[in-house]
This record gives sequence, structure tokens and C-alpha cells, in this order.
Amino acid sequence: MTALVYGLYVIAFALFIYGLMGLAGPRTAVRGNLVAAAGMAVAVAATLISIRETGNWILIIAGLVVGIVLGIPPARRVKVTAMPQLVALFNGLGGGTVALIAFAEFLESDGFSHTGDSATPVLAIIIASVFATIIGALSFWGSVVAFLKLQEILPGRSISLGAVQQPMNLVLLLVAIAAGVGVGIGSATGGAPLWWFVIVLAAASVLGLTVVLPIGGADMPVVISLLNALTGLSAAAAGLALNNVAMIVAGMIVGASGTILTNLMAKAMNRSIPAIVAGGFGASSAGG
Amino acid sequence: MDYTAFLTNVAILVLAGFAGFAVISKVPNTLHTPLMSGTNAIHGIVVLGALIVLGTTPEPSLLMQIVGFVALVFGTVNVIGGFVVTDRMLSMFKAKPGTRREGERS
Repeated sequence: MTALVYGLYVIAFALFIYGLMGLAGPRTAVRGNLVAAAGMAVAVAATLISIRETGNWILIIAGLVVGIVLGIPPARRVKVTAMPQLVALFNGLGGGTVALIAFAEFLESDGFSHTGDSATPVLAIIIASVFATIIGALSFWGSVVAFLKLQEILPGRSISLGAVQQPMNLVLLLVAIAAGVGVGIGSATGGAPLWWFVIVLAAASVLGLTVVLPIGGADMPVVISLLNALTGLSAAAAGLALNNVAMIVAGMIVGASGTILTNLMAKAMNRSIPAIVAGGFGASSAGG
Repeated sequence: MDYTAFLTNVAILVLAGFAGFAVISKVPNTLHTPLMSGTNAIHGIVVLGALIVLGTTPEPSLLMQIVGFVALVFGTVNVIGGFVVTDRMLSMFKAKPGTRREGERS
């Protein structure tokens, strides 16, 4: 059965890459999207086969049904002008999924006291999990801010603490990484305490807010694209942690193509990515 | 899982990264947003992680059930919503005069 699951995953990769190639051309884009969606259906079916002996079917089916019911109506009804913020919201949900998966793994393994099939923690897997948590939580809250700004619930102008903004972001990042190191050290001594993990989540979440809040509304499409690429990377990291090849491949393809796409979008707007992220001066500042 | 298996996965990761770079080399400006939306739907692959977490935990605690369930809902919304909104974006794009060439069916 494992061979069947892997075989289906390989078919899914081919469909993802072929679909993405189609999406990059005007005449093939619609079909490319459908091909990629078919690849996703194959990957989900394969995963359902691999977990067929679970006792949690009710929960799984309920989750899928609720997700479909919540996902389709906004995607079908949203106005064309509101599509970018909807994409931001969906992207944030993906990042949130990654952070929650890592959290669930942490709970399941009693603070990474064991990882995967091995009885002892494997450091590389813990690093991948912590990375996935930080980027996933950052992407979730960053995308929520991007959504609120484009939806004009938050003002589109830059909301910044001024000169202390950048040092504060750096401190938050260091706190998240330090707490991640704490998780790693704790795991070696029979399981990390929960609050180390909560600090990682909290610091990364606040960082997501404080990184995107200072960015002006006009730069938001580029920021959403950047967060999209980051979510892809975090998905790939979660795939490493879970030893799931499909997540590694699809996540990394999005991480790489999303980075290129972000660069292309920034160039098309005559802006540079570092200027946008580090800027905090909003749309009024000169680019580059 | 030992380090050999982990490094095999890292090898796949690196190759997938180059595949991603290679696929997106030239994209017309008008396709930037649909492509972003399409890649957004593809990273909805995280839904597999939620399925695996729920599917491989024999007797999850209540907290784990809640976390796993929310993760599964989030991931499913990301996938389904992502592909549907991309399709709508592209159909609008196609309907513009002058760009109608083929693929009238969908």
C-alpha cells in the first residue's frame, strides 16, 4: 500500500509542475489551474489511503466538509476587486495550518521527546518543526493584516512605531529562535515544556503583525506574494518534519516559484523587496 | 526516521526548489496575480499534514482533536478556495476582448 501511496504522490508532482507551467502562460492558464487541482485531488486521495486504518474518520470527514463549505462560497462570490485580499486570507489559513500541525506534533510527542518512528528525538526534525512554526505563524498573522488593510478595515497607510520598529522586529525574531532552541534542548531531556513552544508561536505571531503593519496598501500585492512564498517554505519544512514527500515537493515548488514571482511583481512596480519589507514608509516613499 | 532518510528528503527538497525556479522564468505582468493565487492553492498541500496528524494519532487528547480539526479546516479552505478563486480570476481574464482564442469550454 505504501508503494501505491508513493506512486500516486509521483503522479501528483507531475500534475503540479505541469499545471504550474500552464499557469505561467496566458493561453494555458485555465487548464493549468485545473491540472494542478487534479494533482491536489490525487495527493489528498493518496493520503487518505495511507491513513485508512485511523479511528478518527468522523473528525477527518467533518473537517473536510466544513472546510469545503467555508471555502467555496467566498471564492465564488467575491468581487473581482476584492480577490487579492481573499487570496491573502487563504494564504494565511495555509500558514496557520502549518503552525497548528507543528503544535499538534509537539503535543503528540510530549514535547518532541520522540520524533517520527524513532524513540529518541532527531534534532533535524525538531529544527524543521520549529522553522515551520515560526514561518507559519508569521505568515498567518501577516496575511491577516494584509487582508484587513486591503479590505480597508485597517487603514491602508503605514502603521509604524518609527525608529524602534526594526530593532523590535529583530528582537522578536531572536526571541522566537531562542525559544526554538529551548524546545530543542528540552526535547533532549525527555520533552520540552509547553510554554517554550507557546513562546515560539507568540513571538512569531507578533512578528507577523509588526512586519506587515508598517507596509503601505500599495505595496500589499508584493507582500502577499512574499508571504505566499514563505507559506510554501513552511509547508516544505513541515513535510520534512512529517516525512511526507508530497508536502516537501509541492511546498518547495511554491517557495521557489513564489520567490521569483515576488521579485517579478516588485520589478513591475519599480520597487525592490528589501525596500518594501524594511521600508515601513508606506507607498509614498521612493522605491529602490 | 534517521538522518539518511532525512537527507534523502533534503535532496528532494533542493531538486523541487530548482524545478520551481525553472518553471517560473517568464510570466506576463497580467498573469502575476492569478499565478500568485494558483501557487497559493498548491501550498494548500499542507492539508495533507493535517490529515496525517489526525490520521496517525491513535487516541488524540481533546486539545489535539481541536488543534488537528482546526488545522484540517484551514487547510481545506486554502486548497478549495484557492483553486476556485484562481479559476474565476482566469475566466474573467479570458473574457476580455481580444484575448479570446481557445478553451471556450470551461
